[in-house]
Amino acid sequence: MMNRRGNLKALALASAMAAGTLTFSLQAQAADTIKVGILHSLSGTMAISETVLKDTVLMAIDEINAKGGLLGKKLEPVVVDPASNWPLFAEKTKQLLGQDKVSVIFGCWTSVSRKSVLPVVEEMNGLLFYPVQYEGEELSKNVFYTGAAPNQQAIPAVDYLMSKDGGGAKRWVLLGTDYVYPRTTNKILRAYLISKGVKESDIDEKYTPFGHSDYQTIVADIKKFSAGGKTAVVSTINGDSNVPFYKELGNAGLKAKDVPVVAFSVGEEELRGVDTKPLVGHLAAWNYFQSIKNPANDEFIKKWSAYAKAKNIAGHKDKPLTNDPMEATYIGINMWKQAVEKAKSTDTDKVIAAMAGQTFKAPSGITSKMDEKNHHLHKSVFIGEIKADGQFNVVWKTPGPVKAKPWSPYIPGNDVKPDEPAKK
Amino acid sequence: MGKGRVLLPHYFHKEKPQRAAWRCRQEFKMKRWMTGIQRALLGLMLLLGFSQSHALTAAEMRAMVDGETDARIAALGKAVGQADDKTVLFLQALADDAVKVVGEQVLVVKGSNKGVQGLDLLTGQSKPLPDTAQDVVSNNRFRGEIDSALAALKLFSPDAVLRKAAVLALLKEPDAAKLPLLAKALAQEKDDQIAAWIQLAQAAAQLGSEDVTVRMQAAKALAQSKTPETQLQLNQRLGQETDAQVKAQLQASLRDIEGALHWGERLGALFTGASLGSILLLVALGLAITYGLMGVINMAHGELMMIGAYATYVVQALFRQYLPDAFDFYLVLALPVAFLSSALVGAVLERSILRHLYGRPLETLLATWGISLVLMQGVRSIFGAQNVGVENPSWMSGGVQVMANLTLPYNRLVIIAFAAFVLLGMAILIGKTRLGLFVRGVTQNRPMASCMGVNTARIDTYAFALGSGIAGLAGCALSQVGNVGPDLGQSYIVDAFMVVVLGGVGQLAGTVYAALGLGLINKVLEGWTGAVLAKICVLVFIIIFIQKRPQGIFAMKGRSAEA
Repeated sequence: MMNRRGNLKALALASAMAAGTLTFSLQAQAADTIKVGILHSLSGTMAISETVLKDTVLMAIDEINAKGGLLGKKLEPVVVDPASNWPLFAEKTKQLLGQDKVSVIFGCWTSVSRKSVLPVVEEMNGLLFYPVQYEGEELSKNVFYTGAAPNQQAIPAVDYLMSKDGGGAKRWVLLGTDYVYPRTTNKILRAYLISKGVKESDIDEKYTPFGHSDYQTIVADIKKFSAGGKTAVVSTINGDSNVPFYKELGNAGLKAKDVPVVAFSVGEEELRGVDTKPLVGHLAAWNYFQSIKNPANDEFIKKWSAYAKAKNIAGHKDKPLTNDPMEATYIGINMWKQAVEKAKSTDTDKVIAAMAGQTFKAPSGITSKMDEKNHHLHKSVFIGEIKADGQFNVVWKTPGPVKAKPWSPYIPGNDVKPDEPAKK
Repeated sequence: MGKGRVLLPHYFHKEKPQRAAWRCRQEFKMKRWMTGIQRALLGLMLLLGFSQSHALTAAEMRAMVDGETDARIAALGKAVGQADDKTVLFLQALADDAVKVVGEQVLVVKGSNKGVQGLDLLTGQSKPLPDTAQDVVSNNRFRGEIDSALAALKLFSPDAVLRKAAVLALLKEPDAAKLPLLAKALAQEKDDQIAAWIQLAQAAAQLGSEDVTVRMQAAKALAQSKTPETQLQLNQRLGQETDAQVKAQLQASLRDIEGALHWGERLGALFTGASLGSILLLVALGLAITYGLMGVINMAHGELMMIGAYATYVVQALFRQYLPDAFDFYLVLALPVAFLSSALVGAVLERSILRHLYGRPLETLLATWGISLVLMQGVRSIFGAQNVGVENPSWMSGGVQVMANLTLPYNRLVIIAFAAFVLLGMAILIGKTRLGLFVRGVTQNRPMASCMGVNTARIDTYAFALGSGIAGLAGCALSQVGNVGPDLGQSYIVDAFMVVVLGGVGQLAGTVYAALGLGLINKVLEGWTGAVLAKICVLVFIIIFIQKRPQGIFAMKGRSAEA
């Protein structure tokens, strides 16, 4: 009985994958277009976060085309759905670069999907823009990282919680989903905390599987742990597990004043499905919040609202939300456009050379700059507290942009690694 | 401050109609609550003769809403020292995030049905808020200070309930600066119990005293306060303490408190196990009919739950739009709607597809798998790939504090009761009614039942619809604790099959034991090993158990066992 069911499961899985490969790619092959690949999961567990990034790229493409396109040609989006399936990301990349011959790919959210795309992009000399904060420990000539490295998000957040205003935390719960990003980030944070004089016994590292939905025990454990000294929780929980986690937190009466929780993967979009009233005061660290007030952001939000309404994007048409990865995506595609204009070509190597030192007026209020060498953006860091309406109050920010350190100095051996991708 | 003039927090300038309607409801609640507090505050102000003291000034307000947190806290301390009625109103508004700055002016936001107004507390005049009004940003530290300042002011309330809450708040966040106020409150206090709490709060505030004997007494007294907060304070003091004797006393008090808190932890673990068990039970009950009794390997069972959850979402959205006043009771309508919509989908599936596949488990499995994909994509097309937000009715948010370190969330309690209710209902339906009799008859011996004049095809449809409807109820319950998205069913389908197979196919009692057992084992293991390992251990346990005892906990006996 068990055996038979196993076979069937494999069969079903195979058929599901076959169905997955049949996904659409937008047609209309005019020779005078520049093709742009969009590689974001539109189904599966990560759809909650990634779908909106696809729409952000499409919006930017519409915008560029409305202004006359690029090098006299129109941009043509090629959308594929890798369905939250990590090996499928690599396959789809192969298809985009080999078959569709796209000039650039915007895509990936989880680090595991980026890791699976990486060898393909490098081998076929493609160009990938990765828009999400991540754990660092990687530098590829073919990838531009428009999200934050650990020193642009995790370390400042922990510093804030240790400060007087942040509550002066002495004990730490590092809570995450069980995969490469949280594990690596927590490794860096543990080394950093110990360098700041925190004892091993005052750090509690905890992991839950993807899609975990019962946080009762974990919240009870945090409560117990917090009786031993002023405690802060650093959450690298990813995807929709955050909703049950925050619900449990609210119901168990764990207040932000007593035990603040700072999250690295929770933004405006992830809080959409949560009643935020009990969560007021919990924190998130990002390089952009929708609530930041400046003309560039007002314009960005206005554009997005209009686009969401025009395209009838579910959820956003009634309540348009913007978040950090959307901003990073938007900066990425605009910088790519400027680089292509500077290089007067879409050739990968020429564009890579032209990307160095590109600047763009970012919605976060700074002039964002692509580092001359290390393929990462210089970014301001903001720490926001959750408000009752699901938006964030910025309570702390860096004085100016911070240069990314993809090789964290808190991991041994990283000090000898060069701050630029190896030339091939 | 007087009759009818009520301050309301208002966070939005422009809002959509349904949002506004919802907010009205919130504001109405807030209004009732606020008038209570205001009345109490008025009393305490008279008591203290605050009205004679120095009044709140514009400069003080500015100092509290802007600048470095340290400076703001100093300004707050100063304002509390010479508080008048306006100070209290202002602090309450600050705590509610209902203060805005327009130019040099600090205004309290006052919402009414006609629009948002900014009230100048000093002049008592209100004017419309311009769009340029700046929010006041308070961080956690400052918010804590405001709460404790308000608590200190409420210490003199004539209402014993408010007084007790104020003392407990001060006990949690001791502050040596509040000692004179506490002494004053203690001198006036007539209620023995509250007086005892005030003494504890005094002890907590004295824990950091310069004087060793005072510290010693405080450490000893605090052993009486058996809460995790006191434990935290003692632990923090222990880290800084230099005097050996005080250290010993701190440790002794900590041991006392730990002993008292131990039971709360154990009961907490039991409760979480029971709660997980009740969810597993709800998820598996429908499957116990369709798979357990009818033998249909229904891979789309999870999606039937998802439909129930989405039905809940739709009902909730309709309530928010058309009946915002009755929003707290949307579940009353959501339950039957979830049941009926899932049952309807189930009936259609059975009539159109499954009845052609009876007796062919392989094809049934593949077909239902396909159906599950279709249903998921259908929901994705209608509602989008994003999760939708289902808000708990307000009576299901929060929890009841049973012990100092044991809070039972209302939503979990409600779900445990609901699971028991559904179980009972199903047991009666299957065991006592005519329909139940037919279902049992048909599943045990189809030709014989047919010979007796039972319309077996119709009974199959009824039974399948019943199982599907119960899945819908489970979906409605799940929407209160977790995510509602197209993938909702996927995360529970394996658990559902696990429970039914472990309990013994065709056995209602087995399903109950298996669900509660798995819930408890999972939670006890999670306490030791963490969530990832616990899940693995449970799966390994089930594999071994099924190998040793393929028929599950309870075996079917009799002639029908092999059918």
